Amino acid sequence: MKFAYYPGCSLEGSSREYDESLRAVCEALGIQLVEIPQWNCCGASSVHQVDFFLRIALPALNLLKAEEMGLPILAPCAACFLNVRRAKKALLENEKLRTKFFSLFSKNFQAKTQVFHPLWVFSKPEFIERSQELIKVKLSDLKLVCYYGCYLVRPPEITEIDDPENPQLMERIMEALGIQVIDWAWKVDCCGGSHSLLNPHLVKKLSKRLVQKAKESGAQGIVVACPLCQANLDLYQENQNMPIYYFTELMGFSFGIKEAKNWFKRHMVKPSLG
Amino acid sequence: MFLKEALPELFKCYQCLSCTLGCPLAEEMDFKPHQLVNLLILGKDKEVLNSLTPWICASCESCEVRCPNGVPLSELMDRIRQRALKEKIYKGKGFSLPLIFLKEIKKRGRIHEISLILGLKRLVGFRVSMEELRMGLKMFLKGKLRIRPPKRVSSESFKRIFEEVSF
Repeated sequence: MKFAYYPGCSLEGSSREYDESLRAVCEALGIQLVEIPQWNCCGASSVHQVDFFLRIALPALNLLKAEEMGLPILAPCAACFLNVRRAKKALLENEKLRTKFFSLFSKNFQAKTQVFHPLWVFSKPEFIERSQELIKVKLSDLKLVCYYGCYLVRPPEITEIDDPENPQLMERIMEALGIQVIDWAWKVDCCGGSHSLLNPHLVKKLSKRLVQKAKESGAQGIVVACPLCQANLDLYQENQNMPIYYFTELMGFSFGIKEAKNWFKRHMVKPSLG
Repeated sequence: MFLKEALPELFKCYQCLSCTLGCPLAEEMDFKPHQLVNLLILGKDKEVLNSLTPWICASCESCEVRCPNGVPLSELMDRIRQRALKEKIYKGKGFSLPLIFLKEIKKRGRIHEISLILGLKRLVGFRVSMEELRMGLKMFLKGKLRIRPPKRVSSESFKRIFEEVSF
């Protein structure tokens, strides 16, 4: 299996450990990643506040590049994933918009490229099975909750998540690794997103509460699949000593990948694994 | 033009409060989401544009997903923000992020986190709390902050996109 890889800005900045762990896990699973050449920012959670055309146009450029590569997109950042899917849907449903892009890029643009987040790929039966074969380190003592936040889930007509109030993709992957996954009621609540930059008190309020709720559920850690969720929960939990893992880090660690130690080193709350 | 004219779906709202009850930040807002909808229906755009609510909203879209009548609340928040920015009504600090974010994208095609933070500070002031300083230092020592900006992304198509808009 081969993907056009769209890492996004966070993964080459504050969440390099997500990028590194994802690449390592893909290699172990036999998935080939070809980075989209000259990819650009998707607009994240900001551009839609300024302009609706740019909200579609910026991710559409990456969609176009992947189309030229003839490969489906793999986007590990929740915002990139949502924005590219949103652009694709808008272009497919709106012929006028498609024609406008056709003339803008002077290329025949189909906008039919498939867009995946690694959660959707790794939770497929074939990769669940493959993951189980790769387990070298048992994690059966670990009790965790899975946290999705917003952009992997909402709006469900764009993300096509299995259940927008109680998704199970991450749970399936973690359970395959033998981890004890605890059910809790806060998995799709917001962490405060990009408010960390200007209104950190808002993020502190939401993220601290999420970590408290995880603790009350009996979890020893939280698993996430979004760079902003990881940063907010890790930075703004206020002395609760709750490690926040990327699902790819736990997969890599359980597969016995040695670099896992370096991924964990970059966390604010250092995981007790490794 | 009134904001409600762009969003006829607003009139489907029967004030059930699902949006406000599910909003994680409602208690921080001057007008709650359902009150904002009501004000728009009444044509009170001025109050809405001067409200802090759109800049407190984190765009988590819980309100829109839970609305039983399909009122597009996240599009509504965006339209209020876009109009406020156009009319240069700057409330709180929140308005500066989308402006600086877009400027950064236009400049290098990707976001370089340190440049983004510096750009924001330039606009809202350089005062840094001890807590922010401690956090920044810890992030730096953990290797979380990339010092060198990424390589500039530029293509004809990328430039053409920005010729279409007035930013």
